Amino acid sequence: MYTTELGKVSPLQDGAQEDPERLAAFEARVAADEFVEPKDWMPQAYRRTLVRQISQHAHSEIVGMLPEGNWLTRAPSLQRKAILLAKIQDEGGHGLYLYCAAETLGTSREEMIDALHSGRAKYSTIFNYPTLNWADIGAIGWLVDGAAIMNQVPLQRTSYGPYARAMVRICKEESFHQRQGYDLLLALAKGTAAQKAMSQDALNRWWWPALMMFGPPDENSPNSAQSIRWRIKRETNDQLRQKFVDATVPQAELLGLTIPDPDLNWNEQRGHYDFGAIEWDEFYAVVRGEGPTAKERITARRDAWANGAWVREAAAAFEAKRAARVAA
Amino acid sequence: MDHSLFRALTQLGDDSLILGQRLCEWCGHAPTIEVDLGLSNLALDLIGQATLLLDYAGEVEGGGRDADALAFHRNAEQFANCLLAEQPNGDFARTVVRHLFFATYASALYEALAASPDARLAEIAAKAVKELRYHADFAADWAERLGDGTEESRARMAEALDWHWRFVNDLFHDDRDWAACAARGLVPLRQSLRYGFERDVSAILERAGLALPRKVWPIVGGRSGQHSEHLSVLLATMQVLPRAHPEAVW
Amino acid sequence: MYDWPLWEVFIRARGGLDHRHAGSVHAPDAHMALRHARDTYTRRLEGVSIWVVRSSDIVASDPAQDGAMFEPAASKIYRHPTFYVLPEAVDHM
Repeated sequence: MYTTELGKVSPLQDGAQEDPERLAAFEARVAADEFVEPKDWMPQAYRRTLVRQISQHAHSEIVGMLPEGNWLTRAPSLQRKAILLAKIQDEGGHGLYLYCAAETLGTSREEMIDALHSGRAKYSTIFNYPTLNWADIGAIGWLVDGAAIMNQVPLQRTSYGPYARAMVRICKEESFHQRQGYDLLLALAKGTAAQKAMSQDALNRWWWPALMMFGPPDENSPNSAQSIRWRIKRETNDQLRQKFVDATVPQAELLGLTIPDPDLNWNEQRGHYDFGAIEWDEFYAVVRGEGPTAKERITARRDAWANGAWVREAAAAFEAKRAARVAA
Repeated sequence: MDHSLFRALTQLGDDSLILGQRLCEWCGHAPTIEVDLGLSNLALDLIGQATLLLDYAGEVEGGGRDADALAFHRNAEQFANCLLAEQPNGDFARTVVRHLFFATYASALYEALAASPDARLAEIAAKAVKELRYHADFAADWAERLGDGTEESRARMAEALDWHWRFVNDLFHDDRDWAACAARGLVPLRQSLRYGFERDVSAILERAGLALPRKVWPIVGGRSGQHSEHLSVLLATMQVLPRAHPEAVW
Repeated sequence: MYDWPLWEVFIRARGGLDHRHAGSVHAPDAHMALRHARDTYTRRLEGVSIWVVRSSDIVASDPAQDGAMFEPAASKIYRHPTFYVLPEAVDHM
């Protein structure tokens, strides 16, 4: 799962300190869609932007395990339990691939995790919303993973090789995530009145946060242009958001659900759906960590890391003793 | 209905189900992401085994119940899992010891079950035994590393061994139904596996400088539905949706 | 807080193929690195064999030296079969 909502690009002002010739050669390579690899020369701003973007992406995967994990022990059938566990496990795997991709830029996973736990690094705000009923698990797969896929597919061609390769693997694995969410909601749509009500309630709560996942409107996203030039980002926030709405509306109809937007209308002239204004104040509040479950999420991650410290240290001590025996 | 076979199958299925459910609680909270993925793989194996075993139990029962009906619509006293499986995760050392005990026992058990004259059970066991051997190795690796790691990890392992040891008698308990199936040659007596278990676990612990506790605990009860305080709480969580919506299909 | 060292993971997808770089994992030792690689990179039957190596043990060429390292091979075109123009009758050689 992923969002570019926080894709703040470091300003290029320190580009001034870069060797202009190297910088020009770099920009030309990237413009020609060549890949940049870990030991290649790259501008400092490019490196910093990537570390921030990839680690945010990794943090989002890891924190994203928690809202779904909330229903894992209560999944209503053995098959749903297995599917959900396999899915959450994938998110963990994706976080791992991404941390490793970011590590090739010279920042250790330890440092990145520390940045997350101390609040310096951000993760996708969508995970600061609570999962209140079982249909939320379907809505996360359908809407949140659906939005994420729109962001992620173009990133398979992103300019930084390790990031692009991680994204190829991630996209391949994620292809079942959206489908399982929709499948879960289809079962509810065929079910009892209570099950249908769960679905509608979930859609009501997840629709707007899902639209916010694409990030601020283009006119408020001043650094997008540079990210697009660097092939770190390949389509604008508003383009992707429109694509998502257009794809999702008919899917909601098939589920018999109503999208909670009175302004939603097919616009024959544009060939797209028009949709209502997004509450950006809420978005920025959640970005600031004022989401309803932000404290729970980050505390859970801090606790897991702190409670695991003795385990990591023990395994390292065991290996150190073994190595010492071999050396002796 | 073949009552004793039904009961024996629910004992096997419930062990996998309840331990798998416990491991689900680790998801998102393990010491590193790699360990998180590893524990999820163990849980997925167990949930898969539980599905096969409880579906078969339902067929033997002949009352139209499938694995989900058995998993989500029985009360604690109708569950036949061992006491060990339902114990809370505790710290990572307790989870490792619980898994070391269970998987060492279960991999030997399923090896024997793979040769059962009951073809269906033998087929399920042949698949499960490969998974459980991996589980036993996984737990042994961690037991060794924690036992011979730091002072702290060693103390935690010693505490965890002492904590879970009291449930081992129950793990090897042959209740009347199981014994009846054993008399028919369908399953081995659990007691027949105990010597090998203690030998294998002791060897692993010895490498880590640890030992099995000596004290003998007479506690039994899981197989006949007399559980610890933890099971009904676990079930209240696990079964909440199907119990609240008994008509619903998920 | 302390994290384990990094290992590179190589996977043989099936018999007859080379091991290919799949990604990395953190692990305390070689044995656990194999386990972590299995749990991370072969969840969908992606492999029949795994290699792991400490990332810090990999020696890599320097891209700044690309010219000296790789360009000299560019002019040795006689190493390729297409360099030799043969009569049509024997050109399948």
